[in-house]
Amino acid sequence: MLVVTCPVCNASGDETDFHYGGQAHVRRPATTDPVNITDEDQRDYLFIRHNPKGLHFERWRCDRGCGKWFHAARDTVTMEFKATYGITELPPAELIKEAKGPWADYFKKRLKEKA
Amino acid sequence: MKSKYSIFSLARNAKNYHKDWEKAWRSPAPKAEYDAVIVGGGGHGLATAYYLAKNHGLTNIAVVEKGWIGGGNTGRNTTIIRSNYLQDSSIAIYELARSLYEGLSQDLNYNMMFSPRGVLMLCQTEHEFRAFKRTAHANRLAGLDCRMVTPAEVKEIVPIINTDPNCRYPILGAYYQPRGGTGRHDAVAWGYARGADELGVDIIQNCEVTGILRDGGRVTGLSTTRGEIKTKKIGVVTAGNVSTIMDMAGVRMPIESLCLQALVSEPIKPVIDCVVMANTVHGYMSQSDKGELVIGGGTDPYNNYSQRGSFTALEHTVTALVETFPIISRLRMLRQWGGIVDMTGDRSPILSKTDIEGLYVNCGWGTGGFKAIPGSGFVFADTMANDRPHKIAEPFGLNRFAEGRLIDESVAAAVAH
Repeated sequence: MLVVTCPVCNASGDETDFHYGGQAHVRRPATTDPVNITDEDQRDYLFIRHNPKGLHFERWRCDRGCGKWFHAARDTVTMEFKATYGITELPPAELIKEAKGPWADYFKKRLKEKA
Repeated sequence: MKSKYSIFSLARNAKNYHKDWEKAWRSPAPKAEYDAVIVGGGGHGLATAYYLAKNHGLTNIAVVEKGWIGGGNTGRNTTIIRSNYLQDSSIAIYELARSLYEGLSQDLNYNMMFSPRGVLMLCQTEHEFRAFKRTAHANRLAGLDCRMVTPAEVKEIVPIINTDPNCRYPILGAYYQPRGGTGRHDAVAWGYARGADELGVDIIQNCEVTGILRDGGRVTGLSTTRGEIKTKKIGVVTAGNVSTIMDMAGVRMPIESLCLQALVSEPIKPVIDCVVMANTVHGYMSQSDKGELVIGGGTDPYNNYSQRGSFTALEHTVTALVETFPIISRLRMLRQWGGIVDMTGDRSPILSKTDIEGLYVNCGWGTGGFKAIPGSGFVFADTMANDRPHKIAEPFGLNRFAEGRLIDESVAAAVAH
């Protein structure tokens, strides 16, 4: 049983009080560049998923509290929630550093864009 | 040459108090090089190795497994075998598997206890009734022996079922595949392992893959916890861990790993002699030869590698089954466990070549892989041996996700496979 705390309204509950929303930080390519998207971009958006054994970043919704979507960093082996953060935010810097594989590549790209 | 299992070998060994049975397969050290290596010693991986050796004469091959063979999902499922899927491509592969199961014990000389006791899929809403009717028509067109049955027939087949028309999800009928059933899941892994071993395949347990070695766009070998192994062909058949392995080769997968749980009750006298699947309420049940009721349900919703699921999902499954079978309400549950299943977006498997030469992948069986083991191994072996997709495997390529050519079984099969 997972215990989750919503970063928006601070309500705490188990997994039945929240709704899982899958991988975080998925961006629809057609929103920024509708003319030049390829079939592969669209495939990556719709189907390709980060699926790490360990630290994962995902979306959750506070179903029985404020109803807002938020982000969470969770370990898929220990089930521990490492952090929760706003739906428009990137994870805390120390967790970005901890990320491995495809997540590490993704954050490197995002941080470069930001800079 | 191994001695054959038979009533005579059983009698002969009984005389020596069963002390002299030879090992069913060897435990060799990995060689420096193989013609092909299968990563993952579950049912699908072992079946692939067996058919590579038997049908394609490739005997200098190995199966590497990080734990012990059949210790993953092959030994954790609820052993249901059926082939009544909606889409033609799915029917082709699942029916190939189901028909291979019929003669598998003889083929492998290993009793995997295939029991075609019939699979009954309940219709508990108007919507579900119509969806199954559509599947029934599709299946009959494909030549499957399946039919819709009325609530009265359901009661006849499964007397312990609750057919009260006033309950929350009344039984409006069912979709019946009499040739479906169950098998002994461990025996499938062991039988394929013994068969492959006899043909010269090295089965290497406790050998975890730590890297895939490449020379430009082609594979050259594997690094493992037991040293480097050179090979030009690698088949990745690692179910829930497939993303982890494919990440090593830089191939991104359309897969998420979830936990699916199952449980068994204390053993009781025979009460149900077929498999019942109640997809609307998320529960399915059959009875093992030991008398335990074998129960499965839906997955936990979130990514999970722990092989432990949540109590919420179990409670949901048991609640559903207690309404469907009121007599089980006081049964105690004996064991419960979880397996990590690899889910694709369209709930259909992936049997594919990749952009890297010599790298093949067989995964995405999600919650329904056990029933497909012989068919999956058969066509995947052919795909690897000839370096082109087998005709039945062709629709299941990785390219379908970019081409939008999905094989949608998520609605057709509801939750339970």
